Amino acid sequence: MSDLTPAATTLAAAATGHGFLSPTGVEIAFLLVGLATLGAAVVTVTTKQLVHAALWLVVALGGIAVEYLLLTAEFIAWVQVLIYLGSVVVLLLFGLMLTKAPIGRSPDADSNNRWVALGVALVAAASLVWVVVDAFRTTWIDLDGPAQGSTKVSGEILFQHWVLPFEALSVLLLAALIGAIVLSRRDAVAGPEDHPKGQQR
Amino acid sequence: MHLAYPAVLAALLFCTGLYGVLARRNAILVLMSVELMLNAVNLNLVAFDVWLRDALHAGQALTLFTIAIAAAEIGIGLAIVLMVYRNRGTSDVDRLRDTAERHEPGPDTPDGRPAPNHQSEVTA
Repeated sequence: MSDLTPAATTLAAAATGHGFLSPTGVEIAFLLVGLATLGAAVVTVTTKQLVHAALWLVVALGGIAVEYLLLTAEFIAWVQVLIYLGSVVVLLLFGLMLTKAPIGRSPDADSNNRWVALGVALVAAASLVWVVVDAFRTTWIDLDGPAQGSTKVSGEILFQHWVLPFEALSVLLLAALIGAIVLSRRDAVAGPEDHPKGQQR
Repeated sequence: MHLAYPAVLAALLFCTGLYGVLARRNAILVLMSVELMLNAVNLNLVAFDVWLRDALHAGQALTLFTIAIAAAEIGIGLAIVLMVYRNRGTSDVDRLRDTAERHEPGPDTPDGRPAPNHQSEVTA
């Protein structure tokens, strides 16, 4: 099965009796975790308490990590847990604390155009879901066989085929680090002029 | 697994993030919504990579790159938000209207008033 093209795999899968109304165990698990993820995401964008929004974001991002595991992308799931849950959410919480965000309910968390935003989001969701369901109605993912996102596979492809973008990414991270330091210095204006003198001293 | 499950979930998560970006007032909440949108894109990339069984695993490699770029983006974004908060005393995005086109509220603003400003900007 694995040496066929995806289209042939799809046709074979459609012929062997997959269906909307006979979900497999993986699909049921994906659906349940997806509902939890979506609910946490909706609470994240609608809650009035700013710190609770960050904590619900943890639930949503963790749900997405579980979805990666169900799609057999193990390495990306753990990278998601480490980077998003470990550092990005902590950074966001630091940002909330440093901007003196109110701890309790803040009634002005949403701006006045939230109904326009709701309309735009609903229209976008309806059109996207319609297009996606219509396009991939008879498409199945073949999850059998060895895991396609294990650490061994990811390391091999990353350091054989993608090593140059990987190095460019490290330069980008360095630039972002320097940029964040320059932005958050208090005496950013007087910095470049004093620098040669500082070296002479 | 049917491919529609991850694709629909990614579309719905993206639209949730879109609502958050448009409706939230605090800049840090806007950044959280941007994270949701990026995660929806990552989910699509992983699902399509597993479906297509790409020999180079381009989807998973791009997902890792997107995660790293999102981490860089959140660092720079928070630095900018903190600087704005230090200068202005607020992090509400709809109070930062310095680059908006001026139209003063009130009945005394004629319709012709923004036009000379606009023309002078064009000729300058």
